[in-house]
Amino acid sequence: MSDLGMAGSHQAALLSEAAPSDFIALLKPRVMSLVVFTALVGLVAAPGTIHPFMAAVAILAIAVGGGASGALNMWYDADIDRVMGRTASRPIPAGKVTESEALSFGLILSAFSVATLGLATNWFAAGLLAFTIFFYAVIYTMGLKRRTAQNIVIGGAAGAFPPMIGWAAVTGGASIESFILFLIIFIWTPPHFWALALVKSDDYARAGVPMLPVVAGPDVTRVQIVLYTLLLVPTGLAPWLTGMAGTLYAAVAILGGAGMLVCAAAIYLRRDGKPAMRACWQMFGFSILYLFGLFAALLVEKLALRVFGWGL
Amino acid sequence: MAGNAQDVTPPLTEAQMKARRKRSIALALVIGGLCVLFYLITVFKMGAAIMNRQL
Repeated sequence: MSDLGMAGSHQAALLSEAAPSDFIALLKPRVMSLVVFTALVGLVAAPGTIHPFMAAVAILAIAVGGGASGALNMWYDADIDRVMGRTASRPIPAGKVTESEALSFGLILSAFSVATLGLATNWFAAGLLAFTIFFYAVIYTMGLKRRTAQNIVIGGAAGAFPPMIGWAAVTGGASIESFILFLIIFIWTPPHFWALALVKSDDYARAGVPMLPVVAGPDVTRVQIVLYTLLLVPTGLAPWLTGMAGTLYAAVAILGGAGMLVCAAAIYLRRDGKPAMRACWQMFGFSILYLFGLFAALLVEKLALRVFGWGL
Repeated sequence: MAGNAQDVTPPLTEAQMKARRKRSIALALVIGGLCVLFYLITVFKMGAAIMNRQL
């Protein structure tokens, strides 16, 4: 082929067939839904008032900021996403969006989300959102993920910040209560993701990601899951113990905590074949339900108190 | 006559044109939405003071 023909075909290959839905997929909508929900709870639980429109803008900005960090993560991780079954259909490995498009998209959305949150609420909350994006995209994705088995332990902080940002949007600062909400998600993250990593350890090994089951083996991972779950149950009760939450929350935290302990025990005891896989999936699924239950209970209590004056 | 490489860009395929149209519409909606959003943020930030206008 002539140089000109080569140039033409190369340019044709760069022409995108990406639909808007591919760019939405870059935002990791499922992760975003957790970010939105926990940020909303932080916002409602915070002492003080905020105009409902500004609250909606704050949630939108936090959601877009979380999505932007997801796009930056997909840009950087495109090489390993290609070799993992779970991620091979993402927009970049699927060839729908180019890496440079994803990078630009992530950076522009990051800037706009931080600026919007700052203008609508306050610059402390905006700074916290900027730090969260930086933490997920740079500290976790570029720094920790491919280097250490503690990647998701430290990186879990990125997913734990949204309730603190929601809280900060109302109060303009941080407090022990918002830190407790952060801590719940932070300690919840390792057993949740290690349950998935136990099932998908071949995928992670092929991609060269040093997840704990790949580096230390499944037995050590099982022990770590049990230890983190033992730490998580009292942490989940902390909002009630500190007087931040009421009886409804305590009931959910106690029942959910018991469920988490049962799931962790099942993972520890069942180590072979299908029962072991089933125990991992049960922990993965139930942990999502547990976290949702804790934050939903807090949300219901705070809304009941604000709207009807009911102390649950 | 052969020009430089930019002159020989092949025509867009039907799929590429369709995708570009969809992206353009989405982008227009986002930019329009942002204009409305920032306008409303300004109005709500000003609150009742928005009525305090000297004629």
